[in-house]
Amino acid sequence: MTTATSVADVTDIKRQLKPGERHFGPARIAAFVVLAVMALTWLFPFLWAVVTSFKTEGDAASGSVSLIGENGLTTQAYEKILGEGNVYIWAWNSLWTSLVITVITVAISALAAYAFSRLHFRGRTALFFAVIASIIVPPQVLIIPLYYEMLAFNLVDTPWGLILPQIVMAPIVLILKKFFDAVPIELEDAARVDGAGRLRVFLSVVLPLSRPILGAVSIFVFIQAWNNFLWPFIVLNDTMLMTLPVGLQTVISAYGVQYAQVMAQAVLAALPLIVVFLFFQRQIVQGVATTGFGGQ
Amino acid sequence: MSMAPQTAQPPVPAGRVGTTEPAAPITAEAEASARRARKKNRLVALAFLAPFLAAFLLFVVWPMIHGFYLSFTNQSLTGSGGSLVGFDNYAEAFSDPKMWGSIRNTVWFTLISTVPLVIIAMAMALLVNTGLPGQWLWRLSFFMPFLLASTVISQIWSWIFNPEIGLANEVLGAVGIGPIAWLQTPHLDLISITIATVWWTVGFNFLLYLAALQNIPEVQYEAAAVDGASRWRQIWSITIPQLMPVTGVVFVLQILASLKLFDQAYQMLGGISSDTSRPIVQYIFEAGFVGYEFGYAAAISYVFFALILVVGIVQMTIVNRRKGQ
Repeated sequence: MTTATSVADVTDIKRQLKPGERHFGPARIAAFVVLAVMALTWLFPFLWAVVTSFKTEGDAASGSVSLIGENGLTTQAYEKILGEGNVYIWAWNSLWTSLVITVITVAISALAAYAFSRLHFRGRTALFFAVIASIIVPPQVLIIPLYYEMLAFNLVDTPWGLILPQIVMAPIVLILKKFFDAVPIELEDAARVDGAGRLRVFLSVVLPLSRPILGAVSIFVFIQAWNNFLWPFIVLNDTMLMTLPVGLQTVISAYGVQYAQVMAQAVLAALPLIVVFLFFQRQIVQGVATTGFGGQ
Repeated sequence: MSMAPQTAQPPVPAGRVGTTEPAAPITAEAEASARRARKKNRLVALAFLAPFLAAFLLFVVWPMIHGFYLSFTNQSLTGSGGSLVGFDNYAEAFSDPKMWGSIRNTVWFTLISTVPLVIIAMAMALLVNTGLPGQWLWRLSFFMPFLLASTVISQIWSWIFNPEIGLANEVLGAVGIGPIAWLQTPHLDLISITIATVWWTVGFNFLLYLAALQNIPEVQYEAAAVDGASRWRQIWSITIPQLMPVTGVVFVLQILASLKLFDQAYQMLGGISSDTSRPIVQYIFEAGFVGYEFGYAAAISYVFFALILVVGIVQMTIVNRRKGQ
């Protein structure tokens, strides 16, 4: 640690050196323009969906590139969907199943990761290797035998048939093990001298220290579960059990060419995660960076 | 790493070390207690591992074994069949033009999607990392699409690519191009899907790059600035070389992700299957859940797995060789 003045000096140097900062030279302006154009390009498709969703069906189908249709703004599409569709049910199914998947996945992964990190037992290395090696197996390879297994368990077209195959995430075990490895063992030893058992130490010493990483992986697992398409699409047939992505997909054909309604649905389905992102931007960015590299 | 209980209780290791001492009863007692401790350790470890291992065995290991077995049977989804047919399914797969076509489509998509998904992500991260005002907005713009479900992005892009009234043709029509049937033209359909995919998932790679950029120590820029290096020079000779290991990782992850193409391709094409766009995962799905041929679908699954393994091993060899140098 340095003194307060030298810290200030360092930040000052940093300021000057950060490429372009405080200098509005031509390079900086060019960078800004490029960035703004890219950001607009990336925002535009979604904004176009929002714009379309507030048009009448007639205006939407006219194909003109106007932001507001000839017949003005309307919330008809939203009223129609919220009035008669199954969007509420699908959103609820998505929410609770994703939460259950997140809680189970993070809980069982954290317990296993702690055992791999701290407990000594024969076959630990081999077992850990097997778990890590399974990361290379794409879930798509397993859909056929998994469906067969769900048939045998009578879980096809049930919420548990949807949830259970999604709770094994080897990368999460790896990330948490790496984190537990870095927790100073002295903290645990102190608690153990006081007579605390392994589970006690895990719950009252290790988990509280791991809150940021647990938050990061939880967000990651939740987003994956919320957006998962292939497995729910295969295992669910009952409209009332469907998650949002699968449910919405069935409506495209039902609504046919009603573009405003389809876009209103897309916007409604996107909204929850966008709101979550606005509130937890820092954690999500952190979580993706950690989990994204974790598999390596 | 030493065992925690031993460091906490000195008498136990003392007893174990003293095996050469004549005090046999103490040694035996110590050994018994060490054995008890080991047994207890094993039970505790088992308790911690049990829930994950049970799920791992049930939903990963067993399906892998059973799927492999199924690939040697003529099992049907309707329950009929199920007898062993040897290598028939594999022989059929390797002489099936649809299977080869789906591999070709998958590899082609991987080639044309990976390069833009890595380069655009790097460009975005370099620009955002210059510290221009509006950080919050840049991150939102580039990453937000990644948060959307495949259904949502498929609906938005099918609408944009609509041949009669879609935005893409309206805009191009204004400058005299088109109309283009983006998703209805063989070969072009996979390129349209690539465009939508780049928009959808580039934000993930962007965040990986951004995290890597923020890990480059400021000291290096400071030293370069003291030496009189311009900002361009700094980016070129400090930032880009430092990003090379990350670029390797992003490439590996992106290639493996692109090979698994299904969701957006299936949905943007409205479930219609064409020989010029069908990816291999869609062929697994079609063989199993449309054709009801579970045995054959399992065989294609393992062909797909072999493809992933080969690509993964090649990548790992390259990455390790780089590291070795």
